[in-house]
Amino acid sequence: MTKLARALTLSVSAAALALAAGAAQAETVRWARVADALTLDPHSQNEGPTLALLRHIYGTLVSRNVDGTLAPGLATDWQIHPDDPTIWVLTLREGVTFQDGAPFTAEDVVFSYERVLHESSGFRAIHADVVGAEAVDDYTVHVQMTGPSPLYPNNLTNFFIVDKDWAEANDVVAPQNFAAGEENYAVRNTNGTGPYQLVSRDPEVRTVLEAFDGYWGDAPQVTEVIYQPIPEAATRIAALLSGEVDFVQDVPVQDIARLEQTEGVQVVTGPENRNIFFAYDASSDTLRSSNVDDNPFSHPEIREAMALALDRDAIMQVVMRGQSQPSAAPLPPFVNGWTEEMHEYSAPDYERAAELVSSVYPDGFSVQLDCPNDRYLNDEAICQATVGMLGRIGIDVTLNSQTRSLHFPLIENWETDFYMLGWGVPTFDSAYVFNFLVHTREGSYGAYNGGRYSNPEVDAMIESIATMTDLDERNAVIAQIWDQVMEDRVFLNVHNQLLAYAVRDGLNIDVHPENSPTLWTVTVD
Amino acid sequence: MTSDSKTPVPPKPAGRLYRAWDSDLAYAFRTSPVAIVATVVALVIIFCAVFAPWLAPMNPYNPAGLNLMNGFTPPMEPNAFTGEVFVMGADNQGRDMLSTIMYGTRTSLFVGAMAVVFAMVLGISIGLFAGWRGGWVDSALMRVADVQLAFPAILIALLIFGIARGFIPDNLRDQMAIWVLIVAIGLSDWVQFARVVRGATMVEKSKEYVQAARVIGAHPAKIMFRHILPNVMGPVLVIATISLALAIIAEATLSFLGVGVPPTQPSLGTLIRIGQSFLISGEWWILLFPAVTLLALALSVNLLGDWLRDALNPRLR
Amino acid sequence: MIAFIIRRLLQSVIVMVAVAAVSFTLFRFVGDPVNSMVGQEASIADREALRDSLGLNDPIFLQFGRFIGNAAQGEFGISYRLQMPVTELILQRLPATIELALVSGFLAFVVGLSLGVYTALRRRGVMSNIIMTGSLIGVSLPTFLIGVLLIWIFAVELRWLPSNGRGDVVSIGDWWSTGLLTHSGRLALILPAITLGLYQMTLIMRLVRAEMLEVLRTDYIKFARARGLSARAINFGHALKNTLVPVITITGLQLGSIIAFAIITETVFNWPGVGALFINSVRFVDVPVMAAYLMMIALVFVVINLIVDLLYYAVDPRLRVDRAGKAH
Repeated sequence: MTKLARALTLSVSAAALALAAGAAQAETVRWARVADALTLDPHSQNEGPTLALLRHIYGTLVSRNVDGTLAPGLATDWQIHPDDPTIWVLTLREGVTFQDGAPFTAEDVVFSYERVLHESSGFRAIHADVVGAEAVDDYTVHVQMTGPSPLYPNNLTNFFIVDKDWAEANDVVAPQNFAAGEENYAVRNTNGTGPYQLVSRDPEVRTVLEAFDGYWGDAPQVTEVIYQPIPEAATRIAALLSGEVDFVQDVPVQDIARLEQTEGVQVVTGPENRNIFFAYDASSDTLRSSNVDDNPFSHPEIREAMALALDRDAIMQVVMRGQSQPSAAPLPPFVNGWTEEMHEYSAPDYERAAELVSSVYPDGFSVQLDCPNDRYLNDEAICQATVGMLGRIGIDVTLNSQTRSLHFPLIENWETDFYMLGWGVPTFDSAYVFNFLVHTREGSYGAYNGGRYSNPEVDAMIESIATMTDLDERNAVIAQIWDQVMEDRVFLNVHNQLLAYAVRDGLNIDVHPENSPTLWTVTVD
Repeated sequence: MTSDSKTPVPPKPAGRLYRAWDSDLAYAFRTSPVAIVATVVALVIIFCAVFAPWLAPMNPYNPAGLNLMNGFTPPMEPNAFTGEVFVMGADNQGRDMLSTIMYGTRTSLFVGAMAVVFAMVLGISIGLFAGWRGGWVDSALMRVADVQLAFPAILIALLIFGIARGFIPDNLRDQMAIWVLIVAIGLSDWVQFARVVRGATMVEKSKEYVQAARVIGAHPAKIMFRHILPNVMGPVLVIATISLALAIIAEATLSFLGVGVPPTQPSLGTLIRIGQSFLISGEWWILLFPAVTLLALALSVNLLGDWLRDALNPRLR
Repeated sequence: MIAFIIRRLLQSVIVMVAVAAVSFTLFRFVGDPVNSMVGQEASIADREALRDSLGLNDPIFLQFGRFIGNAAQGEFGISYRLQMPVTELILQRLPATIELALVSGFLAFVVGLSLGVYTALRRRGVMSNIIMTGSLIGVSLPTFLIGVLLIWIFAVELRWLPSNGRGDVVSIGDWWSTGLLTHSGRLALILPAITLGLYQMTLIMRLVRAEMLEVLRTDYIKFARARGLSARAINFGHALKNTLVPVITITGLQLGSIIAFAIITETVFNWPGVGALFINSVRFVDVPVMAAYLMMIALVFVVINLIVDLLYYAVDPRLRVDRAGKAH
């Protein structure tokens, strides 16, 4: 009995030793998150999980640090042309090769620009100000802009570079065209400059990556990545607890405490570049879903009352279990234009709020709140809590929570009075918020301005900051726009989301503000 | 359930039917402990559900009366912020679990019962008609049943929700959700009734007694309802029993897939769907109490149905 | 018989067209695919251009005609979501679902039939009562909750069985993959198969029991007893055989609902089958995949119904007589 036990212990520890020794050479991380990449085509889908996976295979000119600052990638330097403020000069890294062995040159960058600007690309809007790119020599590219674009390098962090010859040889000079009815070779085949190369892919089941020997940077400690989407939250967490996966992204807030107490598992948290807020239609004469004849949201008193009734701290404490940063402005703290005071919010005052409501509507009023139930962290629960808080001040809110594919068209088509939206700022600049959420809806502006906010002066200021080169002057205008937006109470902001990653002990991973973890930077104890 | 009337004087007009109900069934009930326990459990749950507005400590369907800070209060422990105590704890929105379960059961029972009635009426009528007429009518109706079966309940629910969205004004959608569920669940259930009734009708139809009734010129409807229907009531009751429990469970499943009553007015199934996400985090009361209530309700209904089937079948005695 | 089959085949085509029409109507209410396909930065003009190129702005009849025409050739286009040919995507996922459905259907049939016969023959036994009551607990809870509880007990707490996925699979030929040939594949199948088969098992068991009890009371069984046939011959040779007609009907129909119900089991266990594919497609409004899935489910149902009807005819001669009588 004791002999057997000793023998077993010995063999177990021998196995453990063998494992530990092997760790230095080969380390596999099984990575689970809520959804799979939609495609491996680098210019087709501008969507979180797709970008996160592709980042491991394809390289970008500029990359984003965990703190939100820019870092060199395939470009070692980027400068505005000394003679022409509308040209960005990119200096490329030398000695980089693609995974098929082809060298990386300026020609590939120029080709990637053509591909990303193609009409079937999902990233056209990000490069809307680009006229074209030109190779000056093998390692210098000039990017011609429509006007001065001082912050354009921020738009390069999700721009993947493909090999021109590879794309031409495989007939993938343009991203997937759905109308053509044929599958694009690039959907399932890759050739990037990134730290990993594709081994196998079974969409929505498993994607296997292995370290790329010829990667220009430091060799990653994690040599194999097995990516498995698990949509159900409980199943995902169960897989980590039962040791079937090593790293879980998209951890439900309520499970963080339990995971932290679990031996062999640790949780890392950090702020996400995404704000959750409510917006409302304050411009129309009447609302679709209200029982009063005029538009309640057009009264400043009502908007103020709603701000007073929203108990952000309670939502943070109970619904989010502390995993949020409540604030008054819909802007994450690391984004240009953010100020401390913009984030200050007042404590709830239900008495005052109820007085304000009854001063306009003695019997209160009713309205419908549209809410997604599968998009943001606890989106439905936040809406539900808000319904209760507004109910206390005489606003009878009906909650309509539904799946994202039904929710977002309501905002795009102006079919909602009052809605929840979350907004990330991939450029890390306020202009992105203004362009999509504040500017009057016209042309490429205001696509998510579901509240129909329209202020010509603000519009003019938003248009002016696009081409300003003096950053101090520009920031002053941004501050002015924010003042107006906050004064008009365009948004009823709730909080900035915090992200949580759960990993097995021994893996050191940082939370990325764009929720795009980089496994090649993971260190192994 | 007049258990005292051991020696009834059967009133003439009711005849055979009355005697069967009165004496045999009552006797079988009195001697079956399972039936008695199941009935008591079911009645208690139904009573609490029906009279929830008067019995429940609070109205969880009124969001204005909730305090979010009560969220996740464990059972019988005072809340850290508000000091309030809840017998079964509070859920993620600070709702008293006991009240929420009572209201939720009310919604679930209503949806379940209405859906079964809807499915039964539809299924029996179509089944009888198809089985009796045969020929192309039968083929057409059974093909409709095929199409119907081809669509999982979730899809029917989505379709009806979608159509309802087009028709119903925004401010009425809340109350409509329940009716949409009833129609969706009922529609996905009638085929079972129809197929069994049709199959049995086809078998019964060729039997001598039915042929005899036809020969003497009895009206087809009379034959169907007087002679054939009673003979297929056995399997129909089995299905109806399971269907009631199943309808309540189907509602839960639909809410798991994102179609169901609004979260501000949760049913038992919605509560379970919400509760299961707190299983790992350790707030067991949000899942356990609604799940046990659903289990007790569905189990007692199923057991009653089991017993009822045996008791109603004279040949089993 | 041949005329009957031909007639049923024609009817099946009509069913398929009807399903296509209904599912096509459905898509208009599920959401806007374009919203899911483009990033948040896409301008309204870009969205409109994509909508145009997908033909979503064409008249509904034109869209339907195009869809039917392509579907008849087994051509369902490219998935909006995964950008792969839909037919290939579904064929890739189908083995997982069929394997799960067959294993749980088999499980349900064998266990349900045995328990049904047992409880019918020992109607008043203590064990029978325990089985009857116990089986009801399984159907008195929603499938997703049973799945979550099984994962919780057997994967998280006991760590005996995997919580998700299919384990290692072996490819057979170009179109089939199976997990039955590997240890991890078999382990991964256990929890989903139980979850999926539980309801059907209870249903079959109750049905077998009820029918057996009916048949055992009939005169010819009494007559067989009087003739001195052995209990074994009576129970299995006559009673069980006569019980099989409705049991086959229900089991056949249940096989269809097993595949439909697999949506939930596959979602909970992250099983890579067509059900999970469908649910993900609904969330994304991936119309080509949804359409193909519905057509496939309809086809499965039509085939099953055809087989059940044929079996029905083969097993119960009275129906044959009736049909023959109608024919002239």
